[in-house]
Amino acid sequence: MSASTHPRWVREKRDPSWLARLLDWKPLLVVACLAPAVGLLLVFLTYPLGLGIWLAFTDTTIGRAGVWVGLENFEYLLEDRLWWNAVFYSVFYTGVATLLKFGLGLWLALLLNHHLPFKSILRAIILLPWIVPTVLSAIAFWWIYDPQFSIISYVFVDMLGWRTTNIDFIGSAWPARWSLIAANVWRGIPFVAISLLAGLQTISPSLYEAALLDGSTGWQRFRYITFPMLLPILAIVMTFSIIFTFTDFQLVYAITRGGPVNSTQLLATLAFQRGIPGGQLGEGAAIAVSMIPFLVAATLFSYFALARRKWQQGEGND
Amino acid sequence: MTDAATNPANTATAAPEMLSWDSRGRRMVTIYLPLACFVFILLFPFYWMGVTAFKPNAELYDFKTYNPFLIAKPTFDHIHHLLFNTAYPRWLVTTMTVAICSTILSLFASTLAAYAIQRLRFRGSQYVGLAIYLAYLVPPSILFIPLATMVYRFGLFDSPLALILTYPTFLIPFCTWLLIGYFKSIPYELEECALIDGASRLQILTQITLPLAVPGLISAGIFSFTLSWNEFIYALAFIQSSEKKTVPVAILTELVSGDVYQWGALMAGSLLGSLPVAIFYSFFVDYYVSSLTGAVKE
Repeated sequence: MSASTHPRWVREKRDPSWLARLLDWKPLLVVACLAPAVGLLLVFLTYPLGLGIWLAFTDTTIGRAGVWVGLENFEYLLEDRLWWNAVFYSVFYTGVATLLKFGLGLWLALLLNHHLPFKSILRAIILLPWIVPTVLSAIAFWWIYDPQFSIISYVFVDMLGWRTTNIDFIGSAWPARWSLIAANVWRGIPFVAISLLAGLQTISPSLYEAALLDGSTGWQRFRYITFPMLLPILAIVMTFSIIFTFTDFQLVYAITRGGPVNSTQLLATLAFQRGIPGGQLGEGAAIAVSMIPFLVAATLFSYFALARRKWQQGEGND
Repeated sequence: MTDAATNPANTATAAPEMLSWDSRGRRMVTIYLPLACFVFILLFPFYWMGVTAFKPNAELYDFKTYNPFLIAKPTFDHIHHLLFNTAYPRWLVTTMTVAICSTILSLFASTLAAYAIQRLRFRGSQYVGLAIYLAYLVPPSILFIPLATMVYRFGLFDSPLALILTYPTFLIPFCTWLLIGYFKSIPYELEECALIDGASRLQILTQITLPLAVPGLISAGIFSFTLSWNEFIYALAFIQSSEKKTVPVAILTELVSGDVYQWGALMAGSLLGSLPVAIFYSFFVDYYVSSLTGAVKE
């Protein structure tokens, strides 16, 4: 019995040896494993990023390769009132929406951190706005903001009687701006709340017990325990949130398409309008590239301002 | 309320603050009431979407005789119109195909990459990990114009393949990041044992690490699927012909035509377009929440 199994065992070991040895050769294995991901990212992310910056310095239009025009696109943008408008609204939109998202999201996270019945169902429900495709919930908001059949207007005019006319949500500049911010905040709260909740749950209860024994007030516990312990996560989530709010496209495109009279144009929607339907790829690319300095600044700010504490404590490099 | 009345006497001694914190009346006002408001506001647009989708047009535009919050005579007219008079089923199929293909592609690529970065530990693996993580911070709004010219040059314009190839740019960084965290939680000793037993690296990956990483793979898959289902700007820029559009783009560009919006059909389309993601997500919600929070904890 043992005599018959022994040779087969040797053969099995030898048979895949050239392939196995090749795959056990670490450099090749590393390259083979990284190739699909790195290849895809290089071709469809790094290269387009460079191409986009190059396009911004040319006068390319759809169907015609452009020539190098230097800073002409950017000089044109600096004199373009619509671009300045878009810069203003992008900054305003990001600032206000981020502030509200984090304020309300933190509140919601603190509420969810209590012992509650149906905890997991509650969390699932709360994540729903974040799961559903943005455009589809934006269409729901569009309908809620309808000038004639808005349900909010109905509540204020017919049910409560606080107003006599319907609210004009997206018909004029400032109400439209605020309405879009409200929709963005609605969509952003769940992600912030659930992420911060994860951070809250890593805080050891013994810290609160110790603080309670020392006679701290609720505000003191929040200010000196909860908030500092949350800062690292807050920094990461805020960086993401700022980047994706600043470059937001879907919500504005779905609800107002930049209107009324371009008052709610964000940089991304302006770039799209000029670049794809307008055909001015060079100019569109210049607008898109003009977002980069803002993004870098926002990232550096939120990362260094908020994550500094973690670095000082020196907890790991992760 | 009786607790609240006795509170001043108790708080004088400062110690029983815990008792007042737990009192029912206070809990009601400070926790349940705001929580109920949050849930109401977060869910209301979905309720409104649902109500609108099943309301006949007569009720939809007449708030005076019907209570807009309720449906007097529910109807399937809008859904019927959507399924049989528009290309909606084809949009659903296209979206589904694109989402599934790009999910599989990016799961494959990011599993290998995460394994290489976390387990093979070559020189500079940290920096590769960091670079992939930074790739996630490049928003699609910056990339869509150059990508559109590339897609055009490759002859992929107006083809779902363009979407399948470009979606991994935002899926791979996220999945890799998530899976690196997951691989980290699998004890390295298991792999060492297998190495000592003479298993090859490939065998270790397929027979030990991957089976243990299934929960992580599932949550990365869910993330990828929902993200590609939700994607909008690439699909808007790269696809032109009506029947190849994805659901979010098609609803916005094909159903909104003319001056009269068909709100019933629009809401029915949004509801149906949200359902696959919502159902998919509800099956795996625990994985989802735990991986989301796990990824953030990193």
